[in-house]
Amino acid sequence: MKATCWMGKRDVRVENVPDPKILNAQDAIVRVTSTAICGSDLHLFNGFVPTMERGDVLGHEFMGEVVEVGPAVQNLQVGDRVVVPFPIACGRCASCQAGLFSVCENSNPNWWMAEKLWGHSPAGIFGYSHLLGGFAGGQAEYARVPFADVGPIKIPPELSDDQVLFLSDILPTGYMAAELCDIEPGDVVAVWGAGPVGQFAIASARLLGAERVVAIDRFEYRLRMASERAGATDTINYEEVDERDALGEITAGRGPDACIDAVGLESHAHGPLFAYDRAKQAAMLESDRPIALRQAIQACRNGGTVSVIGVYGGFVDKFPMGAVMNRSLTIKTGQCHVQRYMRPLLGRIQRGEIDPSFVITHHLPLDEAARGYRMFVDKEDGCEKVVLRAA
Amino acid sequence: MASIGSTMETYGGDGSGPARHARAERGDGSRRAREARRVGGLAWFSLALGLAQVVAPRRVARLIGVRADERRRKAMRAIGTREIASGVGMLLRPRPAGWAWMRVAGDLMDLALLGRALTSARKIDRARVAAATAAVAGVTLVDALTARRLSSRRASGGIEVKRSITVNCTPDVAYRVWHDLENLPRFMAHLESVRVQGERSRWRARAPAGTTVEWEAVLVDDRLNELVSWRSIEGSRVSTAGAVRFAPASGGRGTEVHVDMWYRSPAGALGAAIAKLFGEEPGQQVAGDLRRFKQFVETGEVLHSDASIHRGPHAARPPERFEQETGR
Repeated sequence: MKATCWMGKRDVRVENVPDPKILNAQDAIVRVTSTAICGSDLHLFNGFVPTMERGDVLGHEFMGEVVEVGPAVQNLQVGDRVVVPFPIACGRCASCQAGLFSVCENSNPNWWMAEKLWGHSPAGIFGYSHLLGGFAGGQAEYARVPFADVGPIKIPPELSDDQVLFLSDILPTGYMAAELCDIEPGDVVAVWGAGPVGQFAIASARLLGAERVVAIDRFEYRLRMASERAGATDTINYEEVDERDALGEITAGRGPDACIDAVGLESHAHGPLFAYDRAKQAAMLESDRPIALRQAIQACRNGGTVSVIGVYGGFVDKFPMGAVMNRSLTIKTGQCHVQRYMRPLLGRIQRGEIDPSFVITHHLPLDEAARGYRMFVDKEDGCEKVVLRAA
Repeated sequence: MASIGSTMETYGGDGSGPARHARAERGDGSRRAREARRVGGLAWFSLALGLAQVVAPRRVARLIGVRADERRRKAMRAIGTREIASGVGMLLRPRPAGWAWMRVAGDLMDLALLGRALTSARKIDRARVAAATAAVAGVTLVDALTARRLSSRRASGGIEVKRSITVNCTPDVAYRVWHDLENLPRFMAHLESVRVQGERSRWRARAPAGTTVEWEAVLVDDRLNELVSWRSIEGSRVSTAGAVRFAPASGGRGTEVHVDMWYRSPAGALGAAIAKLFGEEPGQQVAGDLRRFKQFVETGEVLHSDASIHRGPHAARPPERFEQETGR
């Protein structure tokens, strides 16, 4: 089959690889119809995530049709149309039963690698490094899905791929970012990053009752999408105005009640701080550049919440712990527990409360995945979200 | 854990066998931590001294009271390089004992050099050289004690590993799975099979180069939903004992499974092969076994990924052939 393979830093190619096989009795094989490139895939593309091997199959946002099931699978049948959540979860461990699917205790065969870096191991993830399991991803014609009874959700035929594909990751991820903010009536929520996850965080914050939602980015086309499609009430282009001044203006000095970091480890900024972090990252003195996170913490009102949904991999420098402690801030974070949100969000899509397809700017055939990565990473042609058609 | 102690008492009999080792080896965490600190201290001392000798040989020579001519500076640099090597070696592990003995050898060499300086007719600061000699003698003593302690732990055989994990089930479920010893190969990576024949069981483990080792074991203790312990019978090629204890975790958090395993490799090639079986880090092996046990109990399977089915690094892409490539 054809599959998108990581061949090294900034080198992604569609190659012919063997078809996936049932490796465990609870596996299913899915013939992928649509799959997307995630902003977090760009961290792999740019070489910021350790433990990648040349030839790894990428992709953790995918959907398709079940073509084979293992002997122990009960909930799925050949022919079912499903969306697959990106964290692999067993559904039976204490974490899964507490709804913390992205820290499933049984789905990372390379748990020992993760323990070395992070102390304990989270769940395995499709196509996202060996530290997170070494699972082949879904930017391919077929994908193997472990614990098939637990993750995949069946999709009724009247909904299109584009409407439901993002249930696999970015819609629940953006929603969880907003949910972590414990939004109350009158709240002002600021969202750093108007990429696809940021767009859904903005839309979700509105759905959850935020009074004002502020989008912060440096690309006008993304800010326009945030205000026209996602429902942002205000936008800040940090290359034009100082984001802290602007947020102070919007909240009359209080600061936003909640701040969402939807940027993660490769954030940008104006001026010397960016050069400082970029240099430290290049010299491997810090693995992640937490510029947006620092700004979110500094901007947040006293006693407010900082919700971190952008991906971080290792260690950050100059973390403003004094601000967090002295100003009674709460930091909430986590890889999205997608399985927890799929059904309720599918319901919202069916009721027309949200149509996640608004973030899609490009459809490409799977063969052109490499072009998709390049467009997305270079923000060419107003690129916001690339969906690959695999069948 | 009381039970494995008694298992080993039973086994050792005369007090000179594994039981004694077992007692000496028993997971004395604080002692091990102290030892690790001492090894670390010596290593950093080596690094600092070595660096000083390499960078400022003249000053070090003056400090210990010898004249710093060209020849001596060269010797000083060589000694400094040796110090750095043993320091790095001790820090990196995994065989700190060898590096510690290297330090002892180096110390003896230093003592010999200082001794020659003391007895030579040349003009030296005798008081300083004597002080340096005394200091090195003290360091030699610490090094020798550390090296002996480090190597005795390995040489006396007896590798003991304690590990635990929490499983999301009631103690009776965990007990049932473990109590049926024939289940063990499903989650213990090195075991090929366990056959139970009445009171006894026959264990077969994978050894390097496609060979296997076998031994016979008996159940020593068996308390319903609480504990299973076993040991190899006398005269087996492998001396081993193990115990697993099941206890409810606090507040309904499942069952805590505490495993205590002990092995002594016989001498010779077979012994080396068995030692290799458990690797430099036997704890990692048992930790993996427990992870798989938890998976087996909680989910009914041990999950593979496209990379994990291969031995060694492999791209995360579907395998050409599954069974053939992996032998599983």
